[in-house]
Amino acid sequence: MSRLTVRDLWSTGQLRARQARFLLPSQRALFLLWIPSGLAAGAVLLPILYLLIRALGGGESSWEIVLRPQTLETLWRTVWLAFWVTVLSIAIALPLAWLTTRSDLPGRRLWAVLTPLPLVVPSYVGAYLFVSALGPRGLLQTLLEAPFGITRLPDIYGLPGALLVLTLLNYPFLLLTLRAALLRLDPALEEAAASLGLNRWQTFWRVTLPQLRPAITTGSLLVVLYVLRDFGAVAIMRYNTFTRVIYIQYQNSFNRSAAASLALVLIVLSLIVLILELRARGRARLASPNRPSRRPARLPLGRWRWPALLFCLAIVSVSLVLPAGLLAYWLLRGLAAGEVLGDLWATAGNSLLASGLAALAALTCALPISILEVRRHNAASRLLERISYAAFALPGIVIALALVFFGANYVPSLYQTLSMLVLAYVILFLPQVVGTVRTSLLQVHPNMEEAGRGLGKSAIEVFARITLPMVRPGIISGAALVFLTAMKELPATLLLAPSGFPTLATSVWSSVSEAFFARAAAPALLLVLLSSLPLALIEIRQQAKDKIVR
Amino acid sequence: MHHRFNLLTLLLLGALIVGACAGPNATQETPAATDPEAETEDSADETSADDAGEGSLVIYSGRSETLVAPIIEQFANATGIEVEVRYGSTSEMAAILLEEGENSPADIFWAQDPGGLGAVADAGLFSTLPDNLLSRVDPRFASPEGLWVGISGRARVIVYNTEMLSTDDLPDDIVAFTDPEWAGRIGFAPSNGSFQTMVTGMREAWGEDATRDWLAGIAANGPSLYENNTATVTAVGAGEVEVGFVNHYYLYRFLAEEGESYPARNFYLNDGGPASLVMVAGAGQLASSQNPENAERFLDFLLSTVAQQYFASQTYEYPLVEGVVTSSLLTPLSELNTPDIALGDLADLQGTVELLQEVGLLP
Repeated sequence: MSRLTVRDLWSTGQLRARQARFLLPSQRALFLLWIPSGLAAGAVLLPILYLLIRALGGGESSWEIVLRPQTLETLWRTVWLAFWVTVLSIAIALPLAWLTTRSDLPGRRLWAVLTPLPLVVPSYVGAYLFVSALGPRGLLQTLLEAPFGITRLPDIYGLPGALLVLTLLNYPFLLLTLRAALLRLDPALEEAAASLGLNRWQTFWRVTLPQLRPAITTGSLLVVLYVLRDFGAVAIMRYNTFTRVIYIQYQNSFNRSAAASLALVLIVLSLIVLILELRARGRARLASPNRPSRRPARLPLGRWRWPALLFCLAIVSVSLVLPAGLLAYWLLRGLAAGEVLGDLWATAGNSLLASGLAALAALTCALPISILEVRRHNAASRLLERISYAAFALPGIVIALALVFFGANYVPSLYQTLSMLVLAYVILFLPQVVGTVRTSLLQVHPNMEEAGRGLGKSAIEVFARITLPMVRPGIISGAALVFLTAMKELPATLLLAPSGFPTLATSVWSSVSEAFFARAAAPALLLVLLSSLPLALIEIRQQAKDKIVR
Repeated sequence: MHHRFNLLTLLLLGALIVGACAGPNATQETPAATDPEAETEDSADETSADDAGEGSLVIYSGRSETLVAPIIEQFANATGIEVEVRYGSTSEMAAILLEEGENSPADIFWAQDPGGLGAVADAGLFSTLPDNLLSRVDPRFASPEGLWVGISGRARVIVYNTEMLSTDDLPDDIVAFTDPEWAGRIGFAPSNGSFQTMVTGMREAWGEDATRDWLAGIAANGPSLYENNTATVTAVGAGEVEVGFVNHYYLYRFLAEEGESYPARNFYLNDGGPASLVMVAGAGQLASSQNPENAERFLDFLLSTVAQQYFASQTYEYPLVEGVVTSSLLTPLSELNTPDIALGDLADLQGTVELLQEVGLLP
């Protein structure tokens, strides 16, 4: 046996890794991250604590409502809706993502900007617009009546309507994660498959799709949890999901205990979804240490060019042009009838301020949680990451009432201030940014950070100069998601905003609830436009960057 | 690479700055303090003015801002009181008050329907109102315990599509709508507070069994169930359904926005039964109020001729105080054949909700 020198040992990766762990104080820095992460997780658990207080405080009678036979039916309806919305969203998002990243689709860049935008339309506005357009006696029926004599369209209400609205407004969650994943794929694998004789379909099904699995599960998780939470669309489409039944408890019998016990069932349901997602996520921990050095080639569509174009056109027309067009029509009609626009800019300013702060605050909480989960992959850090999703399926009103309860009774100095509203937004939307930041962190190989440390840089410097720039896309898109969902959030804003702090969402609500449609159109359009900006700008910047790389 | 990140950061910061500038009320808890108009005091009302001003008042309003903000502003201008208002739906505001309990910053709760007021009253959060306020309205429009008072009235009506029906086609009696000939032609909002109060009125007048039979008969006709009265009127106007069970005043918004050609009108049932109930939007004073005098002044103002005239002419509601003229568009309250049921006796919302669930009209 030849002599083994220390120098040899040094050269083995194992010892190098051990050295990194022992000698570099980065672990201490990581340790400090537990404090903000723990605080954020504590905040997310507040609504659950509140629900327990309410449900247990109501005694046995509050559980009667859960044990009704209808509960099982509601559960089934909810799961059924969430399942089909997810399936249909994948069916829309997957082709769109592929077409806008990997094909020679005409106007590819424009479609890439337009297709994620339906996400900015609030569901209560979208559902209302779909009923006026596609309802039994809506706009479409009026158009069809003269030429075809159709006096009534089939009912949109119930499952079909809820499915339509929630799919068209939520598929972008999947589209965004899928596009990001497709852009990061290493073309080498697909080329290898092709060289081994697989045709394009086989390559897609057997090589590309399996690599997209994490993106599909992450995107589906957001879609499912959003469906569980939604109230606007299911209320207008009259489909009784759990969230709607919870609202009816508050609305009709002011029965907070019954509502709380129903909400706890919703939490159990979301836990099951989270566990399923964790399983589906698989074991893939690290991306290849090197980013793909080049982008995959764009495949020519050939004779599929026109059907593909038609598909994009159809989706964008129904999910974006139709709602925006109807709003514009109402606005113009209102203006013609002498409707005076109020001080929309101050209202828009309030919306921007609250949502912008929410994006920053959520990012501040999400970064430590994601870093811990990815870099110290242990039970505790994984639990923290899962906890950040715990409140995501809860309807806005539940989270808002929890903060009303704790705020008014325990921290009156913060109650009805902007900080309380921002806290509600963070609890509601934290998972969106945790998800995106985590995914991009997974792509940073620890070797890069260790190299930086080895060169004598401090942990903070390494984070600022290596980690942060590499996870920047995830940070920006996560913050943009929080921003636009906070812009359209209604119940939490109504219940928690400081008095005399109208936002675009509350203005829309206050006009629509009293049937002032023309007056609702202007803030609704402004809401859609302002929320679109970050999404569109991110995409346009990305495209500009691609051009330089190419 | 770096300048791009900076651009986006700048964009975000820019949005925040714009937000901060455009929304200066953001961090201010008393926005009315900066409102110069709020400082102008009406000499007629200047009875207890001192250097500290007239103090403040916090209103939780379940009524929509578009409808009541003008009259609240009028009160603030006339008295110099700094008024702060939170708007939301009546049920949300009631839920907030129940959560806040004794620590509520609110002085006044102004609700859309008696149900919301009842929930807050049952929790013991209202104080008893003085007789000089309660006596201004008919006793059936106030809480029997004097915990809240009706401010404005709305009649239960049948709204019908004028292109599909004429008044001759409509029955005099709500029971007739259980006839199979009305199958697929009816719409209403079972989760709406006024509808539920009407059903509570039926239970009071007809008893549980007859009410259950009526609800079951309506349910058997396959009605379209809408989210609220506005959606119901929209559906009637569009011809999705032919008749809707609603409150009278929603129609006038549609007529104002769509013009006189809008194909829907109200029909008053003349049977003198629960379907002809007159509902109220009302208000109560929180027992935990920090400004009880201002709260009383506000209620006094809402029951004044000026405010009552505003409801009659601007929101198409019924004034509840004697000597105020009802809008010419409405059938006067005195000509309506309304049942002799006190709204305060219609507090058992839970029983109504259970009945609605039993026949499958509510989940």
